[in-house]
Amino acid sequence: MDMIRVENLDKTFTLHLRGGVALPVLRDTSLSVMQGECVTLHGPSGAGKSTLLRSIYGNYRPQRGRILIRHDGELVDIASAAPRQVLEIRRRSLGYVTQFLRVIPRVSTLDIVAEPLLARGIADSAARERAAGLLTRLQIPEKMWGLPPSTFSGGEQQRINIARGFAADYPILLLDEPTASLDEQNRKIVINLIDDARRRGTAIVAIVHDADTRQAITTRLLPLQAHGVAA
Amino acid sequence: MIEMPLLSVEGLNKSFGRQPACRDVTFELWPGEVLGIVGESGSGKSTLLNAIAGRVGIDSGRVLYRTAADQIVDLATAQESQRRHLMRTEWGFVQQHARDGLRMDFSAGANIGERLMALGQKHYGNLRETALDWMQAVEIPPERIDDLPRTFSGGMQQRLQIARNLVTRPRIVLMDEPTGGLDVSVQARLLDLLRRLVQEYNVAVIVVTHDLGVARLLAHRLMVMRRGQVVEAGLTDQLLDDPQHAYTQLLVSSVLSV
Repeated sequence: MDMIRVENLDKTFTLHLRGGVALPVLRDTSLSVMQGECVTLHGPSGAGKSTLLRSIYGNYRPQRGRILIRHDGELVDIASAAPRQVLEIRRRSLGYVTQFLRVIPRVSTLDIVAEPLLARGIADSAARERAAGLLTRLQIPEKMWGLPPSTFSGGEQQRINIARGFAADYPILLLDEPTASLDEQNRKIVINLIDDARRRGTAIVAIVHDADTRQAITTRLLPLQAHGVAA
Repeated sequence: MIEMPLLSVEGLNKSFGRQPACRDVTFELWPGEVLGIVGESGSGKSTLLNAIAGRVGIDSGRVLYRTAADQIVDLATAQESQRRHLMRTEWGFVQQHARDGLRMDFSAGANIGERLMALGQKHYGNLRETALDWMQAVEIPPERIDDLPRTFSGGMQQRLQIARNLVTRPRIVLMDEPTGGLDVSVQARLLDLLRRLVQEYNVAVIVVTHDLGVARLLAHRLMVMRRGQVVEAGLTDQLLDDPQHAYTQLLVSSVLSV
């Protein structure tokens, strides 16, 4: 079953403060992702990989084309959906993991990871248990769980972000450099986590620069040339 | 039941003399939704908030509110007594300066209890117990219950104002620069508290702020106002990460990091 269907996407950034200069990033880009697939976007920097990923998440608004996301069994166009519907799709169907954790002051590590589960209506104790399991798997020491991660290292923050992204078991996951600042051992753990999710049927779109990780998780490579044109 | 908007503002216009403050503002607010209104000072955002609450009269337009009893009331034309009753029960208003929203010569406990008393609750013990619960919820030491707000720090005063508003479990709370006059460290605590309370009580919020960081943290959705007009509206992260309008791009690019 297709979980994502991107059709003929155009995305141009118009910089009004720079005299209205237009930067076309994606042109007529199309992509389909099935259940249990990990599609990796591949191409030089500036090819529009992150722009495509952010558009699929509904973070960027394209000028043309549709971005159909499977939500409650139906394909919904996130590019034209109302804000409330986008939030609902993200809450239950669509997860997004970047390399940067957006830290909320005073919120503890365990709560940050458990939050997506609580938002899906999972009971407090079950949510915390699952969060704790993921933090353990990602080797975040238990003594850190009660602390807000603002003072943690880049690699620790990234692993917390990964735990948060994988906690809710979204049917669709978007990964932007999930292993960028991790050491070898933690990278292997994350690769296993991604692979486990995919085997359970999660549809995954990823951007990964590290060749070994890319090879380990990818089931299909989507090469992008300049302006996001699929090669 | 099909979910309906809690508030529908339609074509709201308000001028001060020949100076337009709100021009044809139209939007909906849904239950539990946090809507941020951003823009620089003088853009009309505070006037809009006051107009919605009926604190300033409007020139034209409708402010349709669906009450807890499931009736649609146009607050722009409603009887003053009905409007005031709704404001005291189903609505809240958090002012930028706590001294404008608190009774500075009443104790903290009386400030929290006032709205309940206006609803007819008279039992002293119950009122005091509720006040203590709310002081705990907004992280004010319970032993300060009989102290006057003027002896509180700015952050505590603001938290007291929030407790005073939330005690009747309002369905909509309007907030005008709620973190505006506070130190950054105090702001973070207040923001975290607001985030939690809004989620816990599923209250809809319209928050006016010029601080895009506050907007990012609190709001599901944003409206950008300039010279009384809404120039752009959308999901918070869309608007801040991919601003389309020249003025939104200017606002976002003027911030060091959001």
